[in-house]
Amino acid sequence: MPSAHMNKFGDFLRRRLDGDYEVDEFGFDPDMTDNVFLPMLRPLYRKWFRAEMTGVENIPADGKALVVANHSGTIAVDAVMLALGIHDEHPASRHLRLLGADFVFDTPILGEYARKSGATLACNPDAERLLNAGELVGVFPEGFKGVGKPFRDRYKLQRFGRGGFVSAALRTGAPIIPVSIVGAEEIYPLIGDIKPLARLLKIPYFPVTPTFPWLGPLGAVPLPSKWLIEVGKPIETAEYADGADDPAVVFNLADQVRETIQQTLGELLLKRPDPFA
Amino acid sequence: MTVLVTGAGRYLGAHTAATLAASDTVHAVDVVPPTPELAAVLAAAGVEFSTVDPSDGHALGALLDEHSVRTVVHMAIAAMPFREGGRAAMKELNVIGTLQLLGACQRSGTVRKVVVRSSSAAYGASSRDPAIFTEDTELRAVPRGGFVKDILDIEGYVRGFRRRRPDAVATVLRFSPFLGPAADTALARYFSQALVPTVAGFDPRLQFVHVDDALEVLRRAVSEDHPGVYNVAGPGVLVLSQAIRRAGRTAVPVPGLAIPVFAKAFANLSIDQLEYLMHGKVLDVARLISEFGFRPRSTPETFKEFVSAVGSHE
Repeated sequence: MPSAHMNKFGDFLRRRLDGDYEVDEFGFDPDMTDNVFLPMLRPLYRKWFRAEMTGVENIPADGKALVVANHSGTIAVDAVMLALGIHDEHPASRHLRLLGADFVFDTPILGEYARKSGATLACNPDAERLLNAGELVGVFPEGFKGVGKPFRDRYKLQRFGRGGFVSAALRTGAPIIPVSIVGAEEIYPLIGDIKPLARLLKIPYFPVTPTFPWLGPLGAVPLPSKWLIEVGKPIETAEYADGADDPAVVFNLADQVRETIQQTLGELLLKRPDPFA
Repeated sequence: MTVLVTGAGRYLGAHTAATLAASDTVHAVDVVPPTPELAAVLAAAGVEFSTVDPSDGHALGALLDEHSVRTVVHMAIAAMPFREGGRAAMKELNVIGTLQLLGACQRSGTVRKVVVRSSSAAYGASSRDPAIFTEDTELRAVPRGGFVKDILDIEGYVRGFRRRRPDAVATVLRFSPFLGPAADTALARYFSQALVPTVAGFDPRLQFVHVDDALEVLRRAVSEDHPGVYNVAGPGVLVLSQAIRRAGRTAVPVPGLAIPVFAKAFANLSIDQLEYLMHGKVLDVARLISEFGFRPRSTPETFKEFVSAVGSHE
C-alpha cells in the first residue's frame, strides 16, 4: 500500500528532523540503517547479484558471535552485502557490526556513514566491547590484502594477519562463525594498481578494472556476478579461553578458520561454474 | 580542614569553591578576580578569594602554609586561549601554573590531597583510536592542539607528584565538555546559534557532563579518597547532527578548508574543540560509577536540560 509506505517514511523524516532517534556509543544508528542504508542495498543483493545465503541458522538468535569471512572485490561491497543478507535472512533480523580499517574512519563522509551503519575500527578493544555487549560482529582478517588482490588470485585466501580476531573471540568466549562468500571477486576484476595515484589520494591502492577508470562513473557499476554465501558451523572457543595470549593457540585457530573458509569456497565454486549465470 | 580551590575566578572554579564551602573552609584563588556575578556566588558561600601569580611558587607555598591547606583542588586550567595574552598566557597558566602549584604542594607539610581537573582531550584524536576510551587507552597520535599538549604536561606533573609524595592522594578527573543550563561555555554558545556550522563529512559522537554532576564528582573526590585517574562524562552519546536537531537548530556543513573563514560562526572554538567537532570523543565511565558510587545524568538528559533552559530556536 503506497500510502502506508508514505506514512512510514513521513514518520522517519519527522524523527530525523526532531533528532528523535537513538544512537549507541559506537555511533550505530539503527533508524537510519533500517530505513535508508539497507533498503538502498537490497536491490543490489536480490536483483543484481541474485545472492543466495545458506546456513544462516548457524548464527545464534541472540548473544555474541564473531563472523569471519573472506574479503574480495576491490571495494568492500561484500561486507555490506553480508550484513544485509544476515539481516534479511535471519529470523531475528540481526545487525552485523562490521570491523573496518582505520582508512575508512579517516575518510570524511565514508567514516561518518560507516559508523551510522554500525561499523567500528578493527581493533581489539572495540571488538571485545561489542562482543561483551552481546553483538554479532563481522570481521575480514585478510583486510586490504583480500580486497586489493589481483583478479588472477581470486578465491585464494590471503594471510590472516596476526589473528587479533581470534584473541578477541577467546577473551570474550564468543563462537567464531566462518562465512564463505563467492561472487564478490568478479564484480570489479582488479587488473592493475596505479600506485602513484594511490599515494596522491592517500588510499591503499588505485584500482584498474576492465571498466574503471576508462568508463568514468560507469566503471563504478559492479559486474552482475552470481553470489553464493555460506554460513558455516560455529567454532566454540570456550575450551581455549586461557590461550588468548598464546600465539600457538591463536594461530592454530586462525588456520582452522581459514582452512574451513577456503574449503567451502572450493565447494561453492563447483556449484557455480559460470560466474554470471 | 581547609581546601584551596584554584581557578575560582571562572565559572566552574567559583562554583566548585562554593559547593565545597558547604562542608569545608575554602580559600579560593585565581590569576584574575571573579566577575561581580561570580564574586557574589563566592561571597554567598563564605569563600575568601585572593589573586595569585601562578608562576610564583613561593607565594603559593606561603598561601598553603598560612591556611594550613589539606586539600588542593586545581581548576585553573584553561581550555581556550585568553582574550588578553592569547595562547602564551593560556600555556603559562596551564603548564607553569600546575608545575608551580604541585611543587608547592609537594613541599607543603599540610597538603594531603590534590584533585586536578583534566580533560578528555588527554586521549588526543585519531582515526586509529578505539571508539570508546577507558582510562588506560594510550594516546595514538601526536596532538595538534595546544590544549591537548598542556593536558599531557599537566598529567605528567601529577604522575611526578604521586611518585614524590606517595603519602598523598592524587585524583585526576578527565572531564568531557561541560554543559549546564546556566554555564556559559564555548560549546553552549556554539549550540545557541540559529545556524550551527559543522565540518562537512563528519558527524562526531559527542558526550557532555552536566555542570552539577561535575561539581558532585569534585565534592566526592574531596570528601572521600579516590586516588587515580577517572573519566567523567554523561553515559550515552548524541551525534552532532542529532544534537543540533534536538536543539531545534539547523546544521550548516562547511568544507574543512573553509573553516578559517567561518571562525566567528564556529563560536571562536579552538583547534582542540574543532577537532572535537570532527572526531568527537566517547569515554567509558564504568570506573567512575563503581569507585565513586555516582552515575552522572546521561548525555541526552544533560543536553535536554540545556536545551530547555536556553529555549529551542524555532
